[in-house]
Amino acid sequence: MSTARALGAVETESVALAYGADRAGFRRAVRRLVAARVPPDQVVWRMREPGEAEGAPAADLFGATATPDVGDEAGQTPALAVPRAAGEIADLVLCHHDTDRFARLYSLIWRIAQGERRLADNPADPLVHRLSLMAKSVRRDIHKMHAFVRFRALGVESGRERFIAWFEPEHFIVEAAAPFFRTRFPAMDWAILTPLGTVGWDGQALAFGPPAARPPLPEADGFEEGWLAYYASAFNPARANPVMMRTEMPRKYWANLPEARLIPALLESAPARVAAMIEREAQAPRKRDPAKAVAAMARQAPSSLAELNALIRATPAFVPGGTNAVLGEGPVGAALALVGEQPGDREDIEGRPFVGPAGQLLMKALAQAGLDRERLYLTNAVKHFKFAPRGKRRLHQTPTAGEVKHYRWWLDAELGFVRPRLVVALGATAALALSGEAVAVTTQRGPRPLGRHPGFVTLHPSYLLRLPDPVAQAQGFAALVADLRQARELAGA
Amino acid sequence: MDDTLRTKLGILADAAKYDASCASSGGRGRKAARDGIGSTTGAGICHSYTPDGRCVSLLKILLTNYCLFDCAYCINRRSSNVERARLSVDEVVRITLGFYKRNYIEGLFLSSGIIRSPDHTMEQMMLVARTLRQAHGFAGYIHLKAIPEASPWLVEQAGLWADRLSVNIELASDISLKALAPEKDAPGIKATMGQMQERMLEAKEERRRFAPAGQSTQMIVGADDTTDETVLRTSAGLYGGYGLKRVYYSAFSPIPEASRVLPVKAAPLRRENRLYQADWLLRFYGFTVEEITAGGSAGMLDLDIDPKLAWAPKHRERFPVDVNGADRELLLRVPGLGARAVDRILRARRQTRLTLDDIGRLSTGVKRARAFLITADHHPLKLTDRSDLRERLAPPARQLELFA
Repeated sequence: MSTARALGAVETESVALAYGADRAGFRRAVRRLVAARVPPDQVVWRMREPGEAEGAPAADLFGATATPDVGDEAGQTPALAVPRAAGEIADLVLCHHDTDRFARLYSLIWRIAQGERRLADNPADPLVHRLSLMAKSVRRDIHKMHAFVRFRALGVESGRERFIAWFEPEHFIVEAAAPFFRTRFPAMDWAILTPLGTVGWDGQALAFGPPAARPPLPEADGFEEGWLAYYASAFNPARANPVMMRTEMPRKYWANLPEARLIPALLESAPARVAAMIEREAQAPRKRDPAKAVAAMARQAPSSLAELNALIRATPAFVPGGTNAVLGEGPVGAALALVGEQPGDREDIEGRPFVGPAGQLLMKALAQAGLDRERLYLTNAVKHFKFAPRGKRRLHQTPTAGEVKHYRWWLDAELGFVRPRLVVALGATAALALSGEAVAVTTQRGPRPLGRHPGFVTLHPSYLLRLPDPVAQAQGFAALVADLRQARELAGA
Repeated sequence: MDDTLRTKLGILADAAKYDASCASSGGRGRKAARDGIGSTTGAGICHSYTPDGRCVSLLKILLTNYCLFDCAYCINRRSSNVERARLSVDEVVRITLGFYKRNYIEGLFLSSGIIRSPDHTMEQMMLVARTLRQAHGFAGYIHLKAIPEASPWLVEQAGLWADRLSVNIELASDISLKALAPEKDAPGIKATMGQMQERMLEAKEERRRFAPAGQSTQMIVGADDTTDETVLRTSAGLYGGYGLKRVYYSAFSPIPEASRVLPVKAAPLRRENRLYQADWLLRFYGFTVEEITAGGSAGMLDLDIDPKLAWAPKHRERFPVDVNGADRELLLRVPGLGARAVDRILRARRQTRLTLDDIGRLSTGVKRARAFLITADHHPLKLTDRSDLRERLAPPARQLELFA
């Protein structure tokens, strides 16, 4: 930046910025200009050519000599606080291809510095409006680059697939648009070449380069041919609307979109295709009605507990952790069904319900209540062990209400096959799964309908195991035994 | 990708294109692990546009167009003579990834004809989504069509892999659905929507992933004699009752291999357009179905002018509105002012008294709006009182439409 006597008595500052969207250079220059109180009409802005050395002097129209904007260590110039809205506009507008972007932005910042602090928040101001349009154009160009870049495959090198694309943006947006591609394609190597700059990714870092000429691209592969076939098929000739298409996909992008070369033929043939569709009379079906198959599709529901269990076993868990489904156990037609929360560590390993510490306690209570495990149906609301790994241990996690509901359909179907006379919910999770609503177990123990079934709510044995006080534990155990005894009587078991 | 696969892709893309939904939006941002692939941006991206002006965002295909159902409006019904094809799970996965890596698409929209049974079909579709997510670390967008006739536990699984789920309501009237789609069942469709909504709400509350981009549906318009009012009432019910993100309207258009029970003529595309505008008024502008349909006649919207412009002349007592004083709700009712323009007006008027020129910078619809607005330098006294207001605002000559 330099000052020179030009146009009579008016001093003109000339600023040359690096090629492209030189945010750092612009910021430095603005800080100094504002500090030096140079009004916008006394600054001449220029963008250097790609590759032009920073020091190269260049004469501007008015004969002022430009010196490069170098050597300004941050801190040498006073900080300039610009409101956020203005900063956001500036970041975008600096990418615009118009050289007058610098002057317009400087006018904005100048006015803000002169006291119009909220200027950028007034979209009705002509300058702000103009800059907003420029920002919008840049934003759209970035969006279109994200949308319209078309990669071609270069093969595989060191186990990584490599791709290359040629794209022609309107503005200096390569740097602004690049992070999107890094996030989206982290595991492939890719390069995007444009006449306004290039960017590449090798799995480690983005590398930016100078403007490029259109490179020889690899031949279209099978996927590109498939894409063309897809594009042609996705077009509905009865709805041709080329104006709408061009609004969203302007012609300037067509050269680098492989599918665009199909457009003229698709449009040309559309009226004839539609006329043929309308003229063609409705045809009688050539194939006979597949009556058997249509009837058969209604019989998709599992027809036995074994079929249902096969389904459950084949399905991935709805809860984090669990891998093996632990299925219900016991005879179909059992008078009494007991539903627990979910399998624990032991159950998950053995693949059977109620074989861990809580299960053993339950067996003790069953024995005292005069019930025989072999004659009961035992199952869980949630079929998988939900746990969080802690070192070598797998810590039980209570399933959420949503997770319990994922499993409800199975539990319902399961009990539909077993047809017990009474369903005992051991604890709150089972009660929720059966009834669809929250039940406070300690206060609502006893008989109550659970969904479609006559039910009975009692404690879960693992609750007793967690009680620290042995007296309370003994009381709780006695209550569980009493409940089970009552349930046995209700079920007539 | 060989010739056979390409041919199958063509058939199954052709078969899927009558589904209007294409959005890849509605979700939260997400990105792949270092060895994975894909991201979602939340807003969605249209990667191309076909000459019908519709966006190509997702690879929209059917797993197969063999179908045991016989829905009259559908080209893939079992009694149609259309060419059939079927893709394997691996083929769909391969095409999706190949397209995605070349930046053709945002993800996959998978639907299917019903083969063997609804459950079998749903499982195959889910397997595609699961393979993409688990075996390939795919973080792009997946929209799965849920099959309401499938067992409810399958819907519970679909939401684990998909960003968006949808069940098509197909026709606004249950009676028409029964007549035209004998295998479908309106209460079953709504039950599935309700089930999905419940799981989505729970998952959101529990911060788990279950179809984070919500659910949408589609209605065919013009295949039966349902009025716009019925269509909009159905939509309002779906938005309110099932928390749908979008209802898509698809003007019935002639399909190859058309059924004999259907009209030969297409519904005007403009009807579809007006319904979308009305839908917008329902969702973002605080209009009720009654208010919108009062702008037209006999339960049908005015095809010549947009529904807000149709409503305004019938409520002149509300106008003119002062841009420098009116609240947001009132400004949203002004024809020509969109929600964004209104927000810009509200921002700008904190700093200045707005003139008509200012409005011209804040809205692209100032020509329509000026008849209804008071600005610092403009009062439309005469315009609002004119009896030919509607005629003056309606476009002078109707553009000819294909099949109009």
